[in-house]
Amino acid sequence: MWIYAGRRVIQGIITVWFIATATFVAMHSVPGDPLLSDKAMTAEIRANLAAKYGLDKPVFPDQYMTYIGNMLQGDFGISFTQQNREVNDIIREHFPVSAALGILAVLFAALGGILWGALTALYRNKLPDIIIMFLVILGISVPSFVFAALGQLGLVGLNSWAGQTVLPVAGWGTVSHMLVPALVLGLSTMAFLTRLMRSSMLEIVNSDFVRTAKAKGLPPTRIFLKHQLRNAVLPVITVLGPAIAAITTGGFVVELVFAIPGLGRYFVEAVQQSDYTVIMGTTVFYGAFLVFMVILVDLVYGLIDPRVSVE
Amino acid sequence: MSESIQQSDLVLSPTSFKPLVKEDSEQGISRPSLSYWQDAWRRLKENTRAIVSLYIILGLLAFTVLGPQIWGASGATSDVDQISKAPFANRAATIVEPFEPWDQSKVTASNNGLQLDGDPTTQAVRLVWEPMAASTNGYRIYRNIYPTGPERALGLPLGEVFPSQGTYFEDRLDLSPTYYYYTVVALGDKSRETQEFQSHEFDVTRVITADEAVEKNLIESSSDVAVGDEVMLAWHPLGTDYLGRDMLARLMEGAQVSLFIGIVAPLIYVLIGILYGSTAGFIGGPLDQGMMRFADFVVALPFLLFMIVFKIAFGVESGESGVLPMLIAMVVLLWPATARLVRGQILQIREEGYIDASRLLGAKSSYLIGRHMIPNTMGVILVTLTFAVPSAIFTEAFLSFIGMGVAPPTPSWGSMCNEGLKTMNSTPHELIFPAVLISVTVLAFNMLGDGLRDALDARMRSRE
Repeated sequence: MWIYAGRRVIQGIITVWFIATATFVAMHSVPGDPLLSDKAMTAEIRANLAAKYGLDKPVFPDQYMTYIGNMLQGDFGISFTQQNREVNDIIREHFPVSAALGILAVLFAALGGILWGALTALYRNKLPDIIIMFLVILGISVPSFVFAALGQLGLVGLNSWAGQTVLPVAGWGTVSHMLVPALVLGLSTMAFLTRLMRSSMLEIVNSDFVRTAKAKGLPPTRIFLKHQLRNAVLPVITVLGPAIAAITTGGFVVELVFAIPGLGRYFVEAVQQSDYTVIMGTTVFYGAFLVFMVILVDLVYGLIDPRVSVE
Repeated sequence: MSESIQQSDLVLSPTSFKPLVKEDSEQGISRPSLSYWQDAWRRLKENTRAIVSLYIILGLLAFTVLGPQIWGASGATSDVDQISKAPFANRAATIVEPFEPWDQSKVTASNNGLQLDGDPTTQAVRLVWEPMAASTNGYRIYRNIYPTGPERALGLPLGEVFPSQGTYFEDRLDLSPTYYYYTVVALGDKSRETQEFQSHEFDVTRVITADEAVEKNLIESSSDVAVGDEVMLAWHPLGTDYLGRDMLARLMEGAQVSLFIGIVAPLIYVLIGILYGSTAGFIGGPLDQGMMRFADFVVALPFLLFMIVFKIAFGVESGESGVLPMLIAMVVLLWPATARLVRGQILQIREEGYIDASRLLGAKSSYLIGRHMIPNTMGVILVTLTFAVPSAIFTEAFLSFIGMGVAPPTPSWGSMCNEGLKTMNSTPHELIFPAVLISVTVLAFNMLGDGLRDALDARMRSRE
């Protein structure tokens, strides 16, 4: 177990290094250079600025080594477009917002997916199954930005119907700001998990141990909770890692539409403004986060399901 | 019954037996043998949802390829008379005389609040109002497209009238055929607004001069129509967008981008994946290990983040659509999934009995790959391909939505959604049409993929 965990972590570190290098190479192949700004500057000022930021040194190995070295110390540099603002500060300030939204969305998606999936399997080919599976197909086929737009329209409608602000339409601050964005963010993942849970539950419903439990005369709720649900949930846990990745990147759109000051929206803005240090820092940070999330989920899965040997 | 046949009654002699004659008809019971693909096709045909999806996909392809030939309009030209018009919006315009300057000396002064001189048309709205007692410094004129309401939302300030100019105002500012709520506020000391105002709403009609109509190709020559006749402006079956561009033409052009990326990108990366995976799987050993480690790293890269990073790295020159960088980035990042899948299949098939048998009969590697391995993985590959299309379309839409996809003015469904989202309250059709097309396409490919998986998967077959 520990050997396996160690190997996965080392692999993860190499992947993050790969991400950092690829981002570095990609950013340096962008046409133009960082000192190209609207303001005209003399050659001396240019040279001084280049010297200050180390841009006069060769890209490889000097700039690359500095970049990796700084990164190892947790320093992603300073923003290009916002003077004197460190990328670290930006991440520290905006990531908690994205994380809070993401956690709530994962929670919505996981609980909803498990519940709906179990329901559809229990009522196979009956009305609840048909309705839920229709919604699932809708959830998988409609892009997240459309859901975000509809969610916002719905909020506007709700508020004007109630004559007061029931839930705020956009912004950030309280739990009520989070509810609808998190639901929208988790929706497609919820649909995906529902489908997975349904097929896994259908397999369990027909398995021998469930028949045995029934034959023993156990009450149906006990069979459902103790035997069926517990076993059917396992495959859902394996995809939680990629699901977290999907929700994190899906956050870009939701944060943009609902005006939430999260890291995702910041990343999109940095991309639109060509703020290279912020793009690099955020990409490496997000990349590392996602890589280790997947590893964590895999390891947790090994702990939960004794049948899986992780060696 | 069996009791009645006593053993002693049964007398057997050689004549009791005769050889069974082999009859051909017994062979006829079996149905003609079907190949794997024939069988899969038969099963797919039974799946209504998959077949409907297939027709939808064919329809979408026709919409993309044949559509622009049939519907000749271009998505790049803007119809300035019809901006953000919903489908089936009124497009009648009345022919009027060319614009003449307003001769205010002929106007009778108003004795009943805010009034009009002449008809309110898109050519000009001419306002006349009663002199107000509080006005020491003239008047300010406002126009709104919404009712003024108790909070006195006056809307757009159009201009000010000095005391010397009387009580007349001519509005020619970007008039649309709709209801306008005009308000005239009296200006008091230091040009501050007073509480005294007059307001009225007018239904502005769309008008056009005969010369303008000829210019826009609505009529042959200006002698064909007389003042007061109605002409129809250009027809836009799905309305127009915020720049007056024809939605149907833009949706077709957007489909070319979205479906091109959605189909070509998966085709390329699945092909690369097949080559990579089958090489690694067939050769095996340290080469396989090395190749798969590399694939593992590419898989671990956060996909959308790297799509964005790659897009920036490629850069988009002015005049380029940005489709090619997106295609390359997608291929570079997505091939490993297929490679892994194909390698797994090849490894599995390599151990099968029929491969051993074939090898025993002297088959060469190239024959084994071409005759056994690739045909046997084709089913899985086809299913992967079908599911790859919707995710590619989603990716394109997502990138275009956050402004990282195709560069304007090239339309794609994603960028059209992005543009439509900004005005979804007032002109929802600009968002609805592209969003529905994305959803229907994704849904159709997903259902077809489901159907194909059911039809091609041997495990599913035995379960029924």
